Amino acid sequence: MAQNTRTVPAGTPTNVTQKHAKGGIGESTLRPDGTLKVTGEFAYSSDMWHEDMLWGQTLRSTVAHAEIVSIDISEALALPGVYSILTYDDLPAEMKNYGLEIQDTPVLANGRVRHHGEPVALVAADHPETARRAAAKIKIDYRELPLVTDEASALAEGAPLIHEGRDDHHIGHVPHPNIVHRQPIIRGDVAEARKRADVIVEGEYVFGMQDQAFLGPESGLAVPSEDGGVDLYVATQWLHSDLKQIAPVLGLPEEKVRMTLSGVGGAFGGREDISMQIHACLLALATNKPVKIVYNRFESFFGHVHRHPAKLHYEHGATKDGKLTHMKCRIVLDGGAYASASPAVVGNASSLSVGPYVIEDVDIEAIALYTNNPPCGAMRGFGAVQACFAYEAQMDKLAAKLGMDPVEFRQLNAMEMGTIMPTGQVVDSPAPVAELLRRVKARPLPPERQWETAGEGADVRALPGGLSNTTHGEGVVRGVGYAVGIKNVGFSEGFDDHSTARVRLEVINGEPVAMVHTAMAEVGQGGVTVHAQIARTELGVTQVTIHPADTQVGSAGSTSASRQTYMTGGAVKNTCEHVREALLEMGRRKNGSYHPAWAHAELLLEGGKVVTDGGEVLADIADILEGEAIDLELEFRHRPTVPFDLVTGQGDGHVQYTFAAHRAVVEVDTELGLVKVVELATAQDVGKALNMLSVVGQIQGGTIQGLGVAIMEEIIVDPKTAKVRNPSFTDYLIPTILDTPTIPVDVLELADPNAPYGLRGMGEAPTLSSTPAVLAAIRQATGLELNKTPIRPEALTGTL
Amino acid sequence: MDFLRPASWEEALAAKAEFPTAVPIAGGTDVMVEINFDHRRPEYLLDLNRIGLLREWEVAEDVVRLGASVPYTQIMENLRTELPGLALASHTVASPQIRNRGGVGGNLGCASPAGDSHPALLAAGAEVEVESVRGSRLIPIDAFYTGVKRNALAPDELIKTVHVKKADGPQQYSKVGSRNAMVIAVCAFGLALHPETRTVRTGIGSAAPTPIRAKAAEEFLNAALEEGGFWESGKVVTPSIAKQFGDLASGAANPIDDVRGTAKYRRHAVGIMARRQLVWTWEQYRGTGNGRSLEGAA
Amino acid sequence: MRVNFTVNGRQQEADDVWEGESLLYVLRERLGLPGSKNACEQGECGSCTVRLDGVPVCSCLVAAGQVEGRDVVTVEGLADFAKQREEHGHGGACGSGGSAGGCGAKGGVTLDAAKRWQARPGDSQTGEGVELSAIQQAFIDAGAVQCGFCTPGLLVQADALLEENSSPSDQDIREALSGNLCRCTGYEKILDAVRLAAARQSEAV
Repeated sequence: MAQNTRTVPAGTPTNVTQKHAKGGIGESTLRPDGTLKVTGEFAYSSDMWHEDMLWGQTLRSTVAHAEIVSIDISEALALPGVYSILTYDDLPAEMKNYGLEIQDTPVLANGRVRHHGEPVALVAADHPETARRAAAKIKIDYRELPLVTDEASALAEGAPLIHEGRDDHHIGHVPHPNIVHRQPIIRGDVAEARKRADVIVEGEYVFGMQDQAFLGPESGLAVPSEDGGVDLYVATQWLHSDLKQIAPVLGLPEEKVRMTLSGVGGAFGGREDISMQIHACLLALATNKPVKIVYNRFESFFGHVHRHPAKLHYEHGATKDGKLTHMKCRIVLDGGAYASASPAVVGNASSLSVGPYVIEDVDIEAIALYTNNPPCGAMRGFGAVQACFAYEAQMDKLAAKLGMDPVEFRQLNAMEMGTIMPTGQVVDSPAPVAELLRRVKARPLPPERQWETAGEGADVRALPGGLSNTTHGEGVVRGVGYAVGIKNVGFSEGFDDHSTARVRLEVINGEPVAMVHTAMAEVGQGGVTVHAQIARTELGVTQVTIHPADTQVGSAGSTSASRQTYMTGGAVKNTCEHVREALLEMGRRKNGSYHPAWAHAELLLEGGKVVTDGGEVLADIADILEGEAIDLELEFRHRPTVPFDLVTGQGDGHVQYTFAAHRAVVEVDTELGLVKVVELATAQDVGKALNMLSVVGQIQGGTIQGLGVAIMEEIIVDPKTAKVRNPSFTDYLIPTILDTPTIPVDVLELADPNAPYGLRGMGEAPTLSSTPAVLAAIRQATGLELNKTPIRPEALTGTL
Repeated sequence: MDFLRPASWEEALAAKAEFPTAVPIAGGTDVMVEINFDHRRPEYLLDLNRIGLLREWEVAEDVVRLGASVPYTQIMENLRTELPGLALASHTVASPQIRNRGGVGGNLGCASPAGDSHPALLAAGAEVEVESVRGSRLIPIDAFYTGVKRNALAPDELIKTVHVKKADGPQQYSKVGSRNAMVIAVCAFGLALHPETRTVRTGIGSAAPTPIRAKAAEEFLNAALEEGGFWESGKVVTPSIAKQFGDLASGAANPIDDVRGTAKYRRHAVGIMARRQLVWTWEQYRGTGNGRSLEGAA
Repeated sequence: MRVNFTVNGRQQEADDVWEGESLLYVLRERLGLPGSKNACEQGECGSCTVRLDGVPVCSCLVAAGQVEGRDVVTVEGLADFAKQREEHGHGGACGSGGSAGGCGAKGGVTLDAAKRWQARPGDSQTGEGVELSAIQQAFIDAGAVQCGFCTPGLLVQADALLEENSSPSDQDIREALSGNLCRCTGYEKILDAVRLAAARQSEAV
């Protein structure tokens, strides 16, 4: 534990800007975990191993909505090698549910299942195959119940209530108990503004259910400890949020559940909710043996929430000279059987539904439904992604109707610093929307017909269909499309969003070494790289060690909402500043009398030394410390936000906004309906790039997740049974390297004065505008309206 | 589960005779997925990896005798002249890693209508050499597929080689999937021109309960080419012939709606592929080079 | 059943193997070599790619019993494998089995090892005592590693590509890596890494 734990408000103790340090912020330093990751030594959660460990297996419901009439485990329990089988009746504590915001999710089904693949029973056995065989022998008698699968069936008279007796804090304001949360936003006077419109366009848009499809399936190892507690090694996005949900269900105090972050094989929102964490702990405590659970890809599709599918209805008006007059929209998100992050998704969808545009008169409503479909929750850009797909389609429609260039039309209405959002919040840092569009448009277009090789043949790999040899150029038409989006950064709507960093400065082998300890989940984004850079910059040291993330240090919040560099990066910066101040204080105490500069000059840490801002060396850090260590753990907060008013939607609900624009160039085989994205150029403002290599990597990765949902990715749920039809990588397709284009990236750095180093959270924005840009390009190539994503070949060939 | 590891073909046949429910495994592409995902628990797995003759091929005068386990990669690299359609089809199979291990025997044994090699085998003309302790026989490819994931093998038989006719003219193969690599066919089509007999043959994948030929389309085209004197003159095939051929191929399909595509789309796509391939192969036949020298294609 | 085979140049024996186990499972859970990854177990992602008798294959699709008597190279042995190739001018089995490729615990990563995980001071440029193959170093340098779960399979596959084709075109790289899914990077930096490794190799020759 930290030696001197204290909580102080965010803010800098000294108003000093450290100079550039080698390996500090702004450099593209390389990942500290890179070597381990390329040698196969990096320990992911599924790589854990323990002598005597058992394997856990989850038995999941085969139907979407049913009463459990009976469960018979006797035959399964008799199987040699089976150590334990648990059902709802075996849960040890009063608390039997969990959930991010609303604890509505049963750890194991309690007499009723509400979606396909809901956990019903757990098995621990000596081999995964034994566990699977045992699970197959558990007999469950289901009596199926009527299904709720969409808005009509959710709100119909006499509709089954997905959660009876709701007592969460949204029930008071929702119009129906099958609505998780509703957020209206009313500003100005739409009826009046509508009269000024020379053109009005309406559109109905459908956004499919996307999966995070991180490559490392849910997994972890729970080890029972002698004190009756449990040690859990797991891949997650937020250790402390997990802990808060796990401990009550186990009937243990939080200090008896010790969590350590294992290697995380991607997340993208899909690890914000609990998956196997509680199950592994329950089995470990029941058997008093270490228990490992590893989902396979099939189970992974049931093991985490997905991106909310959405139906969005928009109306926009504009004057004939191209000024937007008003916007009305209604966004219906399908939250599935459990709440997960639905309330926050509603908040984002509604508050960002207008996009990065100036519209003074708006009438907005967003709701999330409870249904018997798979639960939906966090995924990169949530709420904002669905809205962006729709409002960008509307912008193209308006531009077309006005006979204007789609980019110029957007630029004419683009928001900027000082714009008032529909929530009444003033955008108080740079919002270079028009400039981002200008940059992507100014790029030269990639040459046409690149498949034509020097001879007379064609390189099919450059054509739609690729290696499948479906066209040699026949039917192929090019299209170009643009889009821009807006996303909020950090946790909004009054949430006490904070992050903790512990920093220890000591001398090892004669050299000052900083150790940074946070609970931040490194999920691949490169937070660990940036933490080391910040420590080098702020403490003027070369050597930085990153301590493994665990619950022995305060919460770092989630690795989501584009917030970690801002928040935990900010926390590391803040703690480093206090450590620096403590060191200087120590120096003054010890050496102050030797040199007047100790008292009068601005002092910096540079190259392991205390120097004056004039460059004069006063002391070695090592000499000041003299074997002592400075060890501080401090919390950091962004500026407070407030909840949106439940009637008007007004309120300064967001911390910071972030923007990206894309230009997509596609080639479409219009006869077969196959699409090849040739280039996806993007421009994004990141405030300050702490590590450009990582920033570009995030932008390119986010861009391709947007491409995926544009042309191939969708979890298909059978509307008749509410069952998932494609839970595998054979039928849930994500882009391969032959599906992805070149992705030129243009990074702007316009500082946000409110944020650490002026940085802007940036992980999600590229996922927003990529999808509508691809859609726009396909529309341009085909002339089709295309209101649903993903685009399937059927939609392009009239063969639905 | 038992794992049988015959060291020779004779041992394999003996094992299959003794344990007719044994599931042969070579490249593992289908079998291992079924085991990993708990979809199948065969009593016996019969490993064919140790049998060298299954990985050999022989180019004879008229046919290529292709061992059941010759990896697709080898077909692509070594047999593109003799078996151009199959080489193209091989190139669309899954991923490079899978093409390194999987062979035509797996496609035939599994007999999924979505198997990538079927349309090419149907179009080229092939016979499947199967053997048991009772003896061996040649099954014409047209008689091999008997139902959805069912084939003409007896329980004690194993697939030894496939005798594919050497190309005597241009062949093409296309597959539609919703991504540009590593995708299961939504539907597929293969076309082979056989100038020696002045006939054409076709194959359709993933658009009927079994892989099939588009016989009406073949008959139409055979007649049209003959009547128009196209084989002799080498003149350009008229758009109306190409369209009619495509329409008839489309009509031969008998697809279903499933998670990968609609029946309507499959029928449509088969027609487009057929039409395009007729143009490509015919241009190749005429020697214009148009449609030839495909970078990246096999 | 018992399975004997060579992994990264060392003779290995796995006992009590269930007949339905894959090579991937045996490597990860029985031989202490969890570097090959279990992302899909259906041959769709390439994360488990290993060299089997020199040929890149998905180890999830190889039945454990099929590797009897054969030779496997995993990401843990890739650096040694590449080094031997450089020294002897060919690929194939690596004789010595260096530290990285050696088999440690019976199973995967022990807790002690997991707890010991610490980002090394400095950055990955130095690598401190770890000898990397050209492709491994290039992946780090080009920023091709994010979560890293796809990385082992990509490295084995990309190394095999460069062994065969020392100056691949972009389309060649794309084709060779089309069986390896990555969800983090959008593949651009992976292309960069392969180009970088190819360029460095040609400089070195």
